[in-house]
Amino acid sequence: MNVMTPAEAEAEVARTVKQRDGEKFQTIRTPDAQPRQIRVKAEDVNVFYGQKQALFNVSIDIPEKAVTAFIGPSGCGKSTFLRCINRMNDTIDGARVDGLIALDGEDLYDPKLDVVELRARIGMVFQKPNPFPKTIFENVAYGPRIHGLARSKSELEEIVVTSLKKASLFEEVKDRLYEVGTGLSGGQQQRLCIARAIAVSPEVILMDEPCSALDPIATAKVEELIDELRENYTIVIVTHSMQQAARVSQRTAFFHLGVLVEEGPTDMVFTSPKEKRTQDYITGRFG
Amino acid sequence: MATTDTLRPMGHSEPKDERLARIQKSLRRRRSAETRFRIYGMSAVAIACGFVLFLFGSIMHDGLPAFWQPALQVKVTFSPDVVKVAPKPEQAPGQSPAEFQRASLDWQREVTMVNWNRVIQDAVQAAAPDVKLTPRDVQAVVSPNQRFKLRDMFVENPGLLGQTVDVSLLASANADVWLKGNIDHSLGDDRQQLSGAARQLIDRLYENGTIKMVFSTVLFTNADSRGASAEAGLLGAFIGSLYMMIIVIVLAVPIGVASAIYLEEYAPKNKLTDLIEVNINNLAAVPSIVFGLLGAAVFINYFRLPLSAPLAGGLVLTLMTLPTIIIATRNSLKAVSPSIRQAALGLGASKTQMVFHHVLPITYPGIMTATIIGVAQALGETAPLLLIGMNAFVATVPTTPLDQATALPVQIFLWEGNENRNFFEPRTAAAIIILLVVMLLLNAVAIYLRSRFERRQ
Repeated sequence: MNVMTPAEAEAEVARTVKQRDGEKFQTIRTPDAQPRQIRVKAEDVNVFYGQKQALFNVSIDIPEKAVTAFIGPSGCGKSTFLRCINRMNDTIDGARVDGLIALDGEDLYDPKLDVVELRARIGMVFQKPNPFPKTIFENVAYGPRIHGLARSKSELEEIVVTSLKKASLFEEVKDRLYEVGTGLSGGQQQRLCIARAIAVSPEVILMDEPCSALDPIATAKVEELIDELRENYTIVIVTHSMQQAARVSQRTAFFHLGVLVEEGPTDMVFTSPKEKRTQDYITGRFG
Repeated sequence: MATTDTLRPMGHSEPKDERLARIQKSLRRRRSAETRFRIYGMSAVAIACGFVLFLFGSIMHDGLPAFWQPALQVKVTFSPDVVKVAPKPEQAPGQSPAEFQRASLDWQREVTMVNWNRVIQDAVQAAAPDVKLTPRDVQAVVSPNQRFKLRDMFVENPGLLGQTVDVSLLASANADVWLKGNIDHSLGDDRQQLSGAARQLIDRLYENGTIKMVFSTVLFTNADSRGASAEAGLLGAFIGSLYMMIIVIVLAVPIGVASAIYLEEYAPKNKLTDLIEVNINNLAAVPSIVFGLLGAAVFINYFRLPLSAPLAGGLVLTLMTLPTIIIATRNSLKAVSPSIRQAALGLGASKTQMVFHHVLPITYPGIMTATIIGVAQALGETAPLLLIGMNAFVATVPTTPLDQATALPVQIFLWEGNENRNFFEPRTAAAIIILLVVMLLLNAVAIYLRSRFERRQ
């Protein structure tokens, strides 16, 4: 495989910069062969951190019951965009989002919208496993409890057990539900975080590089889990691993320097990308 | 190409032995630097430990003997010739309670008027029959307030009349000084606190075992005293300090923690909050005596709180402790990993839920430490209390935070300045030991609580 010379790589960067700073950039968008129901729709999303613009006119449709993968080199804005979807960027000082992001046609940045409710509908799994320093049971029960999802104690227990089962963690932890979650292994912790996210029955699950801190076996388990969850949820995953994107996703979006260069069905993006930069990135020539 | 040159190991042209020698030379240099630094560190620690040991050693050396003081074990006879009082009144049938009470009080007054010094003198004379004693000598040897001890015994049990009982009477402060050798025995009569006869009496009584060293319980059960220095204790100061600690904990902890949470988690970051932050940091560095002035101006002059009251003292110490607690709490809030916050927010917890369910529990040990540091600082603070009148001589134990009181460190300050230096210097050291023990206990409680909180997580 040829590695790009520095001059070539610079040229690609320059091309993206010219496009994003010049006229409105047009993402190359390829729809699915069999169209799916669209859950999340973004149009012309721009994100600023203070003076610095991090995302430029991103438009994308995210279909339901499918996994959409965001790929791209570090600092390309894929995590930023993911965090816009459940408004976690609100928690960063100086972050500003404009453009439209809608869940089932409902504007997520409507000032009347309750962020807390939104986050109950759009769950999130983070890069580093971050269970609460409480028991495994409490970790999973916390979401349903604050949202008042369980009417009784037995119902809460049922939700916890079902969520742990869905996250394929139940068999491993059923004897120690009341031990602290931080005592689990890294892979188990991440599945616990997924169980915690699905315990509130979100409609969309956002995953920000969920396997980057895990070993290959734990990664395989989480990927298998993502594939199962696809049946019922809309999943968006940010990943640095091209193989992972190819394995778990149905659609792939390639970000570069804050612009969404290309998005389409995963097999198409990986086998016959329409943009040279996508191809260069996927074949490992730059990144 | 240039790259191949840099890839070749450095000094490749040198013979291997020479390279090794150079590495070993540099290693020697590095090792000796390390050893030097280690020695610097160890000597610094040794010097610090040496000072601490010297301080503790000298305090212990001076203070420990003050926990024992001489007392006269004498046989006291409640002779009817001296204790000339009517029998204790009893509730007669048909007598109203008020009348009975009046009669009882009259009787008690009569008992108080008895020449108890005479009773004591007789008892002491009996213990040392061969020394010729004047009443003045006896009164110089036995602590003045011991006569009230006999009175109280008699009021309690009038059946003692005509009987002889064993009683332990505390010796006076001067007798204590003489016996412990805290005054030069070779000094002339004109420079001694006690007359020659009194000194002789003390020596005699000590020789024949009448005077024994007993554990100084008065140190823990009495308030300060000037008339009877030997009976001066720390209870009043301790209770005063206790009230102030309670006020500090009740006010400074909730206010400090709440402000820290607001500033750290909720407050917008702007010029105003920056200004507040800078000023809180500055407040922590303000000399404590300035807080005393503030307290005098605000709490005493404006709000008209009573002078010398633990309430005013507690409020001043609260102001002084607040910055410490705010800064330490903010630091422990800052130290909470952002991933926990994200996890809570990502699940749809509101900001308040995030703070109170997840962030705050993690910071409990930190807040606990901050509180203990603050309270310990407040417990040892003297300067601001001087300005609100807590250096007054208070001979009673305060019953409410509005009563006049003093505090442990202020009591130490007062005793250190007492004119009977020979007696009060060891007492001061003893008071310091007690203050240090209280501090150590506070710290022990803090460490215990912190480890319990940490275990629970």
